[in-house]
Amino acid sequence: MAKSFFGGVHPDDMKRLSCEKAITPFPAPKLVTIPMSQHIGAPCKPLVKVGDYVTVGQKIGDNEGLCAPVHASVSGKVKQVAEKPHTNGSLCMAVVIENDGEYTLCPDCQPRESIDGLLPGALISIIREAGIVGMGGAAFPTHFKLSSCIGKIDTLIVNAAECEPYITADDRLLREESERFLKGLRIVMKIFGLDHAYVGIEANKPQAIEAVSAVAGEGIEVVTLRTRYPQGAEKQLIQAIAGRLVPPGTLPAEVGCAVMNAATCAAICDAVYDGMPTVKRVVTVTGRGVKEPANYLVPIGTPFEALLEKAGMVDDPYKVISGGPMMGAAQFDLSVPILKGCNSVLVLTQKERTEVPDPHCIRCGKCITVCPMHLMPLYLYKFERMNHYDNMVDYNIYDCIECGCCAYICPAKIPLVQSFRTAKLELRTVKPREPVKS
Amino acid sequence: MKYQLTISSSPHIRAKHSTTSIMGDVCIALLPALLVAVWQFGFRVLAVTLVSVAACVFFEWGYRKMMKKDSTVHDLSAVVTGILLAFVCPPTVPYWVVVLGALFAIVVVKQLYGGIGKNFLNPALAGRAMMMASWAAIMTTWAKPGHWLSLVSNYTGEGVLDGITAATPLAALKADLLPEMELMDAFIGNVGGCIGEVSVIALLLGAGYLFIRKVISPRIPLCFIGTVALLTFLFPQGGHDRLIWMGWQLCSGGLMLGALFMATDYVTSPVTPLGQVIFGVGCGVLTVLIRYFGGFPEGVSYAILIMNVTVGLLDKVGHPRRFGAVREKGGAKA
Repeated sequence: MAKSFFGGVHPDDMKRLSCEKAITPFPAPKLVTIPMSQHIGAPCKPLVKVGDYVTVGQKIGDNEGLCAPVHASVSGKVKQVAEKPHTNGSLCMAVVIENDGEYTLCPDCQPRESIDGLLPGALISIIREAGIVGMGGAAFPTHFKLSSCIGKIDTLIVNAAECEPYITADDRLLREESERFLKGLRIVMKIFGLDHAYVGIEANKPQAIEAVSAVAGEGIEVVTLRTRYPQGAEKQLIQAIAGRLVPPGTLPAEVGCAVMNAATCAAICDAVYDGMPTVKRVVTVTGRGVKEPANYLVPIGTPFEALLEKAGMVDDPYKVISGGPMMGAAQFDLSVPILKGCNSVLVLTQKERTEVPDPHCIRCGKCITVCPMHLMPLYLYKFERMNHYDNMVDYNIYDCIECGCCAYICPAKIPLVQSFRTAKLELRTVKPREPVKS
Repeated sequence: MKYQLTISSSPHIRAKHSTTSIMGDVCIALLPALLVAVWQFGFRVLAVTLVSVAACVFFEWGYRKMMKKDSTVHDLSAVVTGILLAFVCPPTVPYWVVVLGALFAIVVVKQLYGGIGKNFLNPALAGRAMMMASWAAIMTTWAKPGHWLSLVSNYTGEGVLDGITAATPLAALKADLLPEMELMDAFIGNVGGCIGEVSVIALLLGAGYLFIRKVISPRIPLCFIGTVALLTFLFPQGGHDRLIWMGWQLCSGGLMLGALFMATDYVTSPVTPLGQVIFGVGCGVLTVLIRYFGGFPEGVSYAILIMNVTVGLLDKVGHPRRFGAVREKGGAKA
């Protein structure tokens, strides 16, 4: 029986739209916009100025501390260094490069003959310089995760669950480039000094499971996971594969586990063997709102509108989402660029509208049944409505991973996740709103 | 801007079901019991049900209109209350009694507390409790099964009911006697009683539909019925065979209707698994206590109403254990 976790939901995975479309390179547009913040942590400072000539793979932004540098994905002149729209909805400092169409490679990007002599420390600094971040969406700087986990973990898990509906980027990557993925994984195993690793893949991707199993080799165990969202959430994946529960407010290393995304492993292979930083990634362009769903290998910084033009967006889109339908962020400006952590551009149509004007909770309790974090979403919602933030903390609002299961299953269609996000924001402010006296 | 894009928090997709579809499923699940009632007592019970539904929907609409609140008629919860309210009335109930019951259930019990999702008592059962308290004789007159009642007669006053009434199995059980019919009659619905409660098989059929559609979990009904079964098996009255006594207790009165359709009412039952177990067991214990020692032959409705009041507490007691709070070292779970 496939391994799983507590709770969760099973929406139609919709992967049929794009799962048979091979990864095709996406031609870089005339202008690419490379934001200085594509990761969790301190934003980069631009290292180039307007008029500079940059080459593919050249570092154009970096900073101290928790930071992953960013690189040019095309060659050409820097046209602008200014604040540009970001997929998180705000403005972010970005470098705009005018593509000269030459794709001149940066001289620093040299393949390595052998990696045998490299120690973990050297490997981690290569990974840092390559600007690698977690490519599943959270975009946590990978070098930071690696160095903070060394010596603390006994279990390495690769997250290839890809539990979000619609997205097929990792599925295609594993099917088409399983060797590259495994080479990257071997590097991570070397860094951690482990001779064993798990690769968790949901049962709805049999071809990916087969492709990886065929070349896995010694020490790499492919685990078939039950197709259930959010199987790919870090804590749930650890629960399913290692049978361990990550305590509240701690990281997976607390229970001796580290989780790496599949695409991140492939990026590590590129960085260590080919000397190539993260300048491209696989992006699934999908949804009923596009005529030609596809999996593209997209240069970082390509605007959404370029992808959507090629894929053919319908005339009346309802939402354009960066990421999947369960946790992705709806976009209002289609000039936003593809970032390292963006695995999908999803277009929903007007027919897929779901808002309900004035929802009433009927206490069906389904939100409790599906919450993988054992929360009581209906009570959290009730407290949020009354500004009873203290009660929300008592009911463990900080454990919420915002996976969206509760809001998905809610028959009354209450915007539960939205209310929890509001509350978390409110709790972060100095003076939260006063409780409503009842 | 070329496109009008919508921005809102994730998730961007929702499950297909809705409050309306769930209430619709409950209505469908109640149909078999209604059909058996029509077969036993004639079209009067259908008329009573329609009057009850119409009254509930009207009061729901009217109250919200008067209070200038958004209409909640489309969610069908008032229709479910209407059907259930009719189901807990005897077939001979006068129409005006049903209308007053609906007024109490919808306006006093449900809307005064804020409408759907906010009431703390089951509206249909609270309506029944009010009718029992106000018109005890009317509410405890039982028509004979197999005798079709007149659509227009009021069935109140001297002599009107002569020859068409029958004792219910519960009355016999209250006197520690076994009813003078076959247990199978109670199972298929060939007995006297409230409109919706007579046929065990029809109620089970409807509940099965709700289980399959995942509208309700079997947790509360199993605990409720299981507790009644256990207690009546352990403590049979009147020296009867344990199994037969238990069978009669299970198939008589409103136990099935109450356990399957009333105690599982979302709004007035606990939301956590542990809470639901305690709730179900509590309902079962109270039912048997009232049936054995109470003033009325039937205890199901009061047992549920009493447990309704504990729901807020049970939700606290049943709070799920925090994820990762008790650490499992070294991956003990195989």
